[in-house]
Amino acid sequence: MTITDITADAPSPHGANENGGTLLEVRDLHVEFHTRDGVAKAVNGVNYSVAAGETLAVLGESGSGKSVTAQAIMGILDMPPGRIPQGEILFRGQDMLKMGKEERRLIRGQKIAMIFQDALSSLNPVLSVGYQLGEMFRVHQGLSKKGAKAKSIELMERVRIPAAKERVNDYPHQFSGGMRQRIMIAMALALEPDLIIADEPTTALDVTVQAQVMDLLAELQREYNMGLILITHDLGVVADVADKIAVMYAGRIVETAPVRELYKRPSHPYTRGLLDSIPRLDQKGQELYAIKGLPPNLTRIPSGCAFNPRCPVAQDVCRTDTPVLHQVTEADGAALPGRGSACHFWKETIHG
Amino acid sequence: MAEPRKSGEAVDATPNVTEVDVVDAGSESASVAAIEAPVERGEPILQVRNLVKHFPLTQGILFKRQVGAVKAVDGISFDLYQGETLGIVGESGCGKSTVAKLLMMLETATAGEVFFKGQDITKLSGRALKAVRRNIQMVFQDPYTSLNPRMTVGDIIGETFDIHPDSAPKGERRRKVQELLDVVGLNPEYINRYPHQFSGGQRQRIGIARGLALNPEIIICDEPVSALDVSVQAQVINLMEKLQDEFNLSYIFIAHDLSIVRHISDRVGVMYLGKMAEIGTDTQIYDHPTHPYTQALLSAVPVPDPDAREGRERIILSGDVPSPANPPSGCRFRTRCWKAQDRCATDVPLLAIPERFKGSDSQAAHESACHFAEEKDVVHAA
Repeated sequence: MTITDITADAPSPHGANENGGTLLEVRDLHVEFHTRDGVAKAVNGVNYSVAAGETLAVLGESGSGKSVTAQAIMGILDMPPGRIPQGEILFRGQDMLKMGKEERRLIRGQKIAMIFQDALSSLNPVLSVGYQLGEMFRVHQGLSKKGAKAKSIELMERVRIPAAKERVNDYPHQFSGGMRQRIMIAMALALEPDLIIADEPTTALDVTVQAQVMDLLAELQREYNMGLILITHDLGVVADVADKIAVMYAGRIVETAPVRELYKRPSHPYTRGLLDSIPRLDQKGQELYAIKGLPPNLTRIPSGCAFNPRCPVAQDVCRTDTPVLHQVTEADGAALPGRGSACHFWKETIHG
Repeated sequence: MAEPRKSGEAVDATPNVTEVDVVDAGSESASVAAIEAPVERGEPILQVRNLVKHFPLTQGILFKRQVGAVKAVDGISFDLYQGETLGIVGESGCGKSTVAKLLMMLETATAGEVFFKGQDITKLSGRALKAVRRNIQMVFQDPYTSLNPRMTVGDIIGETFDIHPDSAPKGERRRKVQELLDVVGLNPEYINRYPHQFSGGQRQRIGIARGLALNPEIIICDEPVSALDVSVQAQVINLMEKLQDEFNLSYIFIAHDLSIVRHISDRVGVMYLGKMAEIGTDTQIYDHPTHPYTQALLSAVPVPDPDAREGRERIILSGDVPSPANPPSGCRFRTRCWKAQDRCATDVPLLAIPERFKGSDSQAAHESACHFAEEKDVVHAA
């Protein structure tokens, strides 16, 4: 099955494609987990790409495979039970899945860094934050303890932690949730990577702090011209920062689109259902639209389109044929760059 | 027997929460009778006056002495009317979950009163307290930890009947549990299954069924959908709205997600550091907020519509919430407020309709605890 990467054609608002080119490309990635209950197919042929200075948002519910894809990119997937039966992850044109351990280790942290969801459990509680930040410099750049500490203070100032000099020897529990997430961001930024993967970076935070952290992340991204993969389930956060969106369901990308178009005209029934099911702050509706049923069990993904048991427009073809990611066009056939929908009835969904 | 009287200064401080008709029951059985009595729709069913909860901070091992207190809830007052949903929003640590625990009598209040149909439940005991507990039930946040993994669904829901044996005769209980499962949209045949066999959304339905089992009049929902996926959230919210109509329930809906609170609530209270900052109907709070904290909170909510976002003003607060063990003097929000002046550090603003809006028909005329209350629409695009 060859699927061309439609996301790559998306016009980049920062003109990143001209000066940086594609940083990372995931091609037909499959990940499965061998469990007692059978093989859980977590990722089933994912394609996406990110360029320098660009933000790709990967949107999906729990179990959609969005975090597993990120872990596969970082090379931090537990194998076994995880397995990557096929696919390629190209970083600047080189397939990372074919690299040796040592080669990948050099990329991890220096070229691609990751921000995790829960800062409290991702930081080591018995080491000071200064020591943990400095570890990046000591291990990767061979700096002395003193030099590393100076660098840590500099980093903490850059993510706007007040009184960085006094707080560098504090432990994670002495910081508030927002400050801890800033430290996670600082750690990811330490070696000025080309690409940052942020896995639900603000989910555990309050809205006021969430806004601060997202602003900081966006600003630093602009400053360093980094690529950013933002993994989230929150349609609101995505609308604020992303350039393009990939919506995942049951380990596949079901829709890709530039951010504005996705919200204006979704071309997959799942995306439409998601958008309709969130209550709005600025209007009071009647009953909420609810997608019926539950996300599928990954050991028993329905045949055909994985969404068919929950889909309001499903027909017989949906139960037998797996839809590929179709190029979405205007009603008159004019191309819509960067848009794709893995639905047999995308035309009806987008054009009514 | 009923003798109306004022319940102290609290009511004077917040003039437009209605006066409490205190029922002086005298004996326990009279008290129970008052609790069982029906309340008209639109009448206050639960009245909270100046509720305070301080958790002591102690030092020393053998000789513990109190060195301070975490002021989790520091004097809040509100009314809950029969059949309505009161939403309570605020950041983590603002005391909203402590309020829930106080109303459930899971914590003892340091001071203040909670009147359920005119009876101060903080002073009740024995049969009367049990009768109140039966009428105020709770749905918890995390459906993964709030259901005992070693009990079947039938036992989890049926346990409520063991505690209140007169609510259902022994032989009927199993059938009643099955009815409840059906009401919340689960297959009644699942009665012998264990919690791990259900998904998050289904577990929350079990939690709701447990809350409904005793036919309560009030259900307190503490973040009932925040652990659920977006597509499942809508299902649970719709279910809760349906049940409210069907069983004539009053909800206190505690959440940090402002969009969901607006959707489900008739009135909304905004809490900050143990105090109520602003309270009003959903239109008053969301479309005509007058407290700077409410405005900042609303403007920070990411709206899933890139076009609507462009026209919105964004107020980004600096810093974090101060520690409730040592809250700022005067107005608690002043350390993060862009409007703060000298007066805010000395005078505690009262929760009342601001002077300038008094007597006006405008939607801005609702209770707001700010010296410089001013209307500002931050939700709609300019």
